[in-house]
Amino acid sequence: MNKWLYHIALAFLFCFSCENEPVEQYVATPSPLQIPKLFSDNIIAPIIPINNPQTQEGIALGKKLFFDPILSGNNTQACADCHAPENAFTDSAKFSEGINGNLGTRNSMPLFNLAWNYDEKFFWDGNTFSLEHQVFVPVSDPTEMNSNWKDVVLKLQQHSEYPNLFKNAFGTNNIDSTLISKAIAQFERTLISANSKFDQYLLGETKLTPNELNGFNVFMDETKGDCFHCHGSDKNPLWTDHAFHNNGLDNAFTDLGLGAVTGDPADNGKFKSPSLRNLAFTAPYMHDGRFATLDDVINHYSQGLKNSATVDPLMKKLNQGGVQLSDNDKADLKAFLLTLSDYEFISN
Amino acid sequence: MKRISLLLLILLTLSLACSNNDKVDLTNVTFNFNHNWDGTKVTNADFNTLKFTNAYGNQMSIERLRYLISRIVFQKSNGKTIVLEGYNLVDVTNNETLSFMPSTFVTTGEYSNISFTFGFNNEANTNNYADLNTASWNVPDMLGGGYHYMQLDGKFLNDANEEQGYNYHAIRAVDTPGETPSFPQDTFIVVNLGPTTITDNATFNIEMNIAEWFKTPNTWNLNELNQTLMPNSAAQIMMYENGQNVFSLESVNQ
Repeated sequence: MNKWLYHIALAFLFCFSCENEPVEQYVATPSPLQIPKLFSDNIIAPIIPINNPQTQEGIALGKKLFFDPILSGNNTQACADCHAPENAFTDSAKFSEGINGNLGTRNSMPLFNLAWNYDEKFFWDGNTFSLEHQVFVPVSDPTEMNSNWKDVVLKLQQHSEYPNLFKNAFGTNNIDSTLISKAIAQFERTLISANSKFDQYLLGETKLTPNELNGFNVFMDETKGDCFHCHGSDKNPLWTDHAFHNNGLDNAFTDLGLGAVTGDPADNGKFKSPSLRNLAFTAPYMHDGRFATLDDVINHYSQGLKNSATVDPLMKKLNQGGVQLSDNDKADLKAFLLTLSDYEFISN
Repeated sequence: MKRISLLLLILLTLSLACSNNDKVDLTNVTFNFNHNWDGTKVTNADFNTLKFTNAYGNQMSIERLRYLISRIVFQKSNGKTIVLEGYNLVDVTNNETLSFMPSTFVTTGEYSNISFTFGFNNEANTNNYADLNTASWNVPDMLGGGYHYMQLDGKFLNDANEEQGYNYHAIRAVDTPGETPSFPQDTFIVVNLGPTTITDNATFNIEMNIAEWFKTPNTWNLNELNQTLMPNSAAQIMMYENGQNVFSLESVNQ
């Protein structure tokens, strides 16, 4: 009997010792996204992966990595080289040059409001799911940073600062590609653009000129620009539907876009609708950077549309080449589009 | 002590009696939205090819189909109604949200009619819905604002035998677009599904016959009415008229 009591007492002691034993789980300093009023008022919440919450240390580490050429094969190119802050985190060149002088085949995409990319399909053809996975692509792409993750991890591990920064961000100084991608994704989610002149107008903080107001009406008028079906409206501050469309650029395709990803011929020639924010900084335009100016873009929709099997039915008056805007409406539409540019965003 | 025991016994008996007499069974209801073209099943796998022919004779395809349903109402024979909260944007293009389970429970029993609204009624159409804004479902303010009821896009073979786009977009009919639009008549549609007895976890299988949008009473010629139909109040009223027989209740599983 005494033996039994002894065993029960031991078991109790063991349980209590387990309960009281502190489990060390490192938690960095939370840093929730600062969601702009127009966003919280009008659209659903951003996507933050449960396994990669925003933290001060993670964001700071991601920012350092984003601007550090250490991620490239020969330590000459950082993410920021093709995603420059002054260009709303895109490249002013039609195609970006990789570390070996090779050119890509698509225009670099600007980076802002990425946490609101709800279906999490990234790149012009949506070939990559999630911002974290997106980070993996350019680092190892031979035409871009032409590196490999083993080398990148080794370089960072041997660096004088990075191991400690990873320890602060993620509680471990054992660096791996997953943690690198998490840190960069955290930083990229903080690239929020929501202070354009049009945002200020919607918040009652400024007024638009008569030309800008008419341009907005051209944008929203189904008998004129009819831009809102793909690019949203004053109720959707993202200015994109995040969907894939063939917007009548070509009769035949040299780049299949979404079609190459899905294998469905009905998707050939479809590319993601880009946001119309920050157009003042993001020329050239379209997935292949074919249009150098906004005038070129507006002329395309007005009289330059080309027919093909997959052209979107939303492209109006295709048989006339487009929506046939007057010169005044074109000028006003351009004036409105430029009010979507956020000068504070590129100066921070 | 005896007194307390007696009191407890009375309370227990009373509570059991109450629970038996006033028993109200609540259940979930689900609405499935299926689609056909005059009886032939249609899914997004049928999109993007000119495989349909409308009543006028236009050979046509579907590339995008989304529509909004709202205000599901369960009506008792005594006139009492249960209005289920919420709405659902049915996205056939992406094969998403074809099934909708409102958050409100309904009581089991007999109902003299069950209905839903295609689109929003005028009052609901004035609210701000973050998920619908996110889905770029808005109607421009110059057309009265609010939200689309349906976006049906595709291509047809025109009189010149060339493929041409169409945008059969249903909204609240509007005249005099601009700062002070006016509304000639309501164009949301209350769809009556008829009487049903709900027992447990009822699933309503609703059918949309897409061909009906082009058939009765207005035989729709896509050569004449294809794009820029949102500011065309006459076209909107024709859509409303044709929409009266688009939906039907195929079955109720429970």
